Amino acid sequence: MAETILVIAEQRESKLNRVSFETLTCGQALAKQTGWTLEAAVAGNNIASVAAEVAKTAVAKVYAIEDGTLERYTPDGYVAALKKFIESSKPKLVLLPHTYQVRDFAPKLAASFGAVLVSDVVGYKYENGKLLFVRQMFQGKFAADVSLSGEGLWFVSFQSGSFRGDQVQPGQAPVEKVNAATGEIRTHPEAPFQEAKQAVDLSQAEIIVSVGRGIKEQKNIEIAKNLADALGGEIAASRPICDAGWLPMERQVGSSGQTVSPKLYLALGISGAIQHLVGMKGSRNIIAINKDAEAPIFEIADVAVVGNLFDIVPALTEEVKKVKV
Amino acid sequence: MKILVCMKQVPQKDAPLKLNESATWVREDIGYEVNEPDAYALEEALRQKEKNGGEVVVVTAGPARSQQVLREALAKGADRAIHLEDDRFVTLDAFNVARAIAQSIKDELFDLVFTGLQSDDFGYAQTGVLLAELLGWPHATIIMQIEAKDGGIRVKRELEGGYFQYVNMPLPSVLTIQSGINKLRYATLIGIKQAKNKPLRRVTFDEVSAALKPNQLTIERLYIPQKTKQTEVIQGPPQDVAKKLAAKLRDELRVF
Repeated sequence: MAETILVIAEQRESKLNRVSFETLTCGQALAKQTGWTLEAAVAGNNIASVAAEVAKTAVAKVYAIEDGTLERYTPDGYVAALKKFIESSKPKLVLLPHTYQVRDFAPKLAASFGAVLVSDVVGYKYENGKLLFVRQMFQGKFAADVSLSGEGLWFVSFQSGSFRGDQVQPGQAPVEKVNAATGEIRTHPEAPFQEAKQAVDLSQAEIIVSVGRGIKEQKNIEIAKNLADALGGEIAASRPICDAGWLPMERQVGSSGQTVSPKLYLALGISGAIQHLVGMKGSRNIIAINKDAEAPIFEIADVAVVGNLFDIVPALTEEVKKVKV
Repeated sequence: MKILVCMKQVPQKDAPLKLNESATWVREDIGYEVNEPDAYALEEALRQKEKNGGEVVVVTAGPARSQQVLREALAKGADRAIHLEDDRFVTLDAFNVARAIAQSIKDELFDLVFTGLQSDDFGYAQTGVLLAELLGWPHATIIMQIEAKDGGIRVKRELEGGYFQYVNMPLPSVLTIQSGINKLRYATLIGIKQAKNKPLRRVTFDEVSAALKPNQLTIERLYIPQKTKQTEVIQGPPQDVAKKLAAKLRDELRVF
């Protein structure tokens, strides 16, 4: 029997999490190299539209695993449904995006098979028929090639930004509805809510203008906001800025904030502590403006501007307004 | 409430890490400190005890040096400590660490187990969830707030994209604590003195090894990530820089 790779896509309130496309891109590349079959699954309730969206990618089949008990996410509900499904579909490799939700249930799902989840993976290598997964260790100071014993079942979750979601190959796959297995659900979640009225999902933003300690004072945030407005982007910040209350916590990018991979990430006065870098290094284009030529942010920047942001940013805002027709 | 806090000792943030000879781990002749997310888990446990009464027990799995983490926790107010002491605990995968901890507390009755969000060395973010699975308890991750309610607890989970959610759950259960949700306390002089007389139970590798299985995950090699990017440096008068950047945004990156 042919080996199968299963990508578990993520949805919330019947809306597909775009990061799922990154995992699908990875799955497609892996399937091509190994010759294994690629399938996808999504779990929830009333998720036909989500399954249909996943089915527009080049996969052999999409399973919509549905039950009323999956309406609101719980680790017990998801593990019961996915465990049963995996037992019957018998994939060799299960790929997931490393989201907060996956962090919550995937270790438990893997453990229910006596298996280990390789979490927060940034890439893979396929060498002489052996699969290696690349993880960051010691907060990104080292990378590790990690192997898994046995012949599968293996579980792997991928860090946001490790693969390009916009490079997923289109296709047309059949969708099969699966009635989810149910089990005892011990935790009772209330409805998700946003703390602030203008909460923003930075992970979905195309352009992000982000500020760090180099902005010096709260009133200077305006300078960055003006640029973000001119670019039609979102404003974000590193942890110290949010801790100081200069921007709300929901605008924080980094290991304790959001992980983003926009088309453009403009880092203003951000030195580039690893806690920040892990949250934004998957950005497609990184432009960093910093007066310190040695700032670590320049290590991962596509464009490094060494200079005073208080001079450059207002000038750039004016230029952007001019060239943006 | 009786709370167990799982803690880990990791290399200091600014420690100059060097690879060992086989390039599978770092050399150990460096400074260590408590894994920062675990410090928040401990702080939250101490606050819960101050509010609701009970006991705070701290546990770590690691070599002799990692006892320092337990001593600091006792000095801050933890009541007693469990040290799974052996060099071999360092290279266990998350599943085996969870198995070892579960085995070491099998004769105890905790209401809650706290872990930090993830460790600063491996960064698996799994030990808490795996421990829950092994204990047969429910769990919730990335917790911002905990209150006792109707014999159970109501916790606030952080979701992505600025969303949060309250979850009602029974006891016992396992929670992984979000960093930064409280302000860490310092150990007081009197606390440091008292810590010396607090109980610390040592658990040997042999006492838990029957519960362990072969590591499924092997680090084949550890290396410094290659810089894959070509960085273009732009310098000059602000006006010129601004013009170049704007042109780049329009013509190369096509962001508008």
